[in-house]
Amino acid sequence: MWKKLLYFDRRIIFALIALVVIIPFLTEWRASHGQITPSTQNLYNEIESLKPGTPVMLVFDYGPSGMPELHPMATALARHILSRDLRLLGLAIVITGPSLCHDAVTPVAEELDKIEGVDWVNLGWVPGFVLPITQMGEDIKRTYPTDFQGRATAELPVMAGIRDYQDIGLIIDLAAGNAPGAWIAYAHDPYKVKLAAGITAVMATDYYVYLQTGQLCGLLNGLKGAAEYEHLIGKKGFGYLGMSSQSVAHLVIILFVIIGNIGYFTVRRRRRGSE
Amino acid sequence: MPGPTGPITGILGLSTEIIGIWVAALLTLAIYSFLYGDNPVYKVAEHIFVGISAAYGAALTYHLVIIRRLFDPLFRPDLAQPPLDAPKISLIIPGLLGLLIFSRFIPRYDWLSRWPIAFIMGLYAGLSIPRVIQTNILKQMQATIAPVLPVDAGGQYLLFSGFENLLLIVGVVCTLAYFYFSLPHRGVMGGLSRVGIWFLMIGFGAGFGNTVMARISLLIGRIQFLLYEWLPTIGIHLGAGPGAG
Amino acid sequence: MRLQIPIAMGFLAGVFMFVQFFIPHQMIKASFKDALDWAIIVGGFALVLGLGSLFRTHVEKIRHRREGFGYSFVTLISFAVMFVFGIVWKTDPGTVFDWLFMNVQVPLEATMFSLLAFFIASAAYRTFRARSVEATLLLLAAVIVMLGRVPISDKIPYLNLHEITEWIMMVPTVAAKRGILFGVALGAVATALRIILGLERSHLGGGGGQ
Repeated sequence: MWKKLLYFDRRIIFALIALVVIIPFLTEWRASHGQITPSTQNLYNEIESLKPGTPVMLVFDYGPSGMPELHPMATALARHILSRDLRLLGLAIVITGPSLCHDAVTPVAEELDKIEGVDWVNLGWVPGFVLPITQMGEDIKRTYPTDFQGRATAELPVMAGIRDYQDIGLIIDLAAGNAPGAWIAYAHDPYKVKLAAGITAVMATDYYVYLQTGQLCGLLNGLKGAAEYEHLIGKKGFGYLGMSSQSVAHLVIILFVIIGNIGYFTVRRRRRGSE
Repeated sequence: MPGPTGPITGILGLSTEIIGIWVAALLTLAIYSFLYGDNPVYKVAEHIFVGISAAYGAALTYHLVIIRRLFDPLFRPDLAQPPLDAPKISLIIPGLLGLLIFSRFIPRYDWLSRWPIAFIMGLYAGLSIPRVIQTNILKQMQATIAPVLPVDAGGQYLLFSGFENLLLIVGVVCTLAYFYFSLPHRGVMGGLSRVGIWFLMIGFGAGFGNTVMARISLLIGRIQFLLYEWLPTIGIHLGAGPGAG
Repeated sequence: MRLQIPIAMGFLAGVFMFVQFFIPHQMIKASFKDALDWAIIVGGFALVLGLGSLFRTHVEKIRHRREGFGYSFVTLISFAVMFVFGIVWKTDPGTVFDWLFMNVQVPLEATMFSLLAFFIASAAYRTFRARSVEATLLLLAAVIVMLGRVPISDKIPYLNLHEITEWIMMVPTVAAKRGILFGVALGAVATALRIILGLERSHLGGGGGQ
């Protein structure tokens, strides 16, 4: 019986996973955001402590594969930054960033009556990974001479008085890969600019190292990080909405691990017994 | 994922937003058909993705790099942003170096492509040495060597913090011992590397737990799209959507 | 000469980038900014290079009528459509290019990666076994983190799994990751030095590491 249970068609597992993710959405039950992780709270406090008008860089270093986790973070952070009357500079060192920046920030900005070019800007993408990060330490407008749509950044009111990292209150890198490592090494460490990151959960174990050293002043980890942040700013979104499915799916996968192990040890003991 | 806002707003009486949602939904289902088994519908979707994403990168590079950073400042200084009084002649050097990359496709001259690659690699290498040493070696060492018997402002010993700091030092040393292959892993070295493996296993386990979280979140993202963006186009509305609170 | 000139170029570029870090002179700074401008442009060309191999693979497949060559047409046509829209009508938000990105590329890429949710669940069921002390540690850490990272764990009495998870991430995981990081960093510095000194030549396409 256990052998059969261990080696059935894996499509049954696929169907089960699909169901446990879909069903919670069809019910009225919503899991809460859970306890707030200290690194999430720190990022929130950091933004709260900035004076109105301070420029904050929101970096879109992810592509469509990172969207489910990072887009809710981007929306929540953009809302927090703009509602506190801070200047939002959206930019990217990953090529898909500018399109996603536009998609995440525009609806929030419109809702809060914030004007592109005055209150926020989408600076676009520059290739070379660490090269633009390094060059911004000397001159941000030289690195991004135009915004994504080709307007000269020197003429945009949102960029007034900004020269290099000394004029930036905080950089938040939203990333699905190793971009935060580059921002730490080439922006935070040499220029002492404050840096936080929002990352996909896959990358989390790589970045707690920098949280412990203080090189990152805050960290949002995966969809849970997004849900926590949505709670802190008081506007629930896709992060919060996903928490019930996330909870049930984790429980089911743990159940899979338990059943798999019971089956494995039962079959192994029987095999040894029969030898 | 809203559709575009701009000059084209509809085709055949349907808004581009609705068409976009349907295209996205059908492509989503096409990819999921792979779960039942490999099939032509999945393959077509997969090959569309390869073509589209390559063109996305190429077109963006063309406009944002080749035109705005090279062509305009060099040949149309008045159109460059910000406008220039005279062409930026020095850009001929990176322009030529960049073009040399394409000598790869001409077997007789492919050695010329080494020039731009050598320039870029040398530049990255030189830039990285001080940065890597500071960020990933010195700062990490500094944060590892923390007091194992810390005292708070009131002079009280912080025993648990001390224990954590000790554990951190032991963990780092033992993990390094595991990766140190110049000495045989016997005796003290064997013991250290064995403890190192335990730390690594806890680390990898935590990594796996987070990976499960991330993968499920990806699925949740797509399901949310189908339920909250696609279903409403056929009149099915689920309650308690985003922004409900 | 075919090898000496690029090695000299790599050496000069590398040494300059290294030295400028220690000499914050006005002239050095100006050249530094120029060098970064140049490298960004050359890097842009390098990105386009990748297209060459994509075309070659698919054109060859079509030319030799290899199995599944019809799909290569799909790739090339998708490329052409997206590229023409992008070049002629630009890439700004609101364009057809942007529409294709948001409604074709985004769902395809996001869905493709989401398939991993199914495969990781299947792997957890079939291969995640407590066969040894090490495997048990891995399994336990994974299960605690899986529970601690979702709000439902708050319902478990007497056990703050959220805090335990944060502790696992902040102490033992940091220790293990830092050990690995030291190794990776030393390796990266050594490789960078070898590139500057011309000892590492694999990126030049000629007998690396001599």
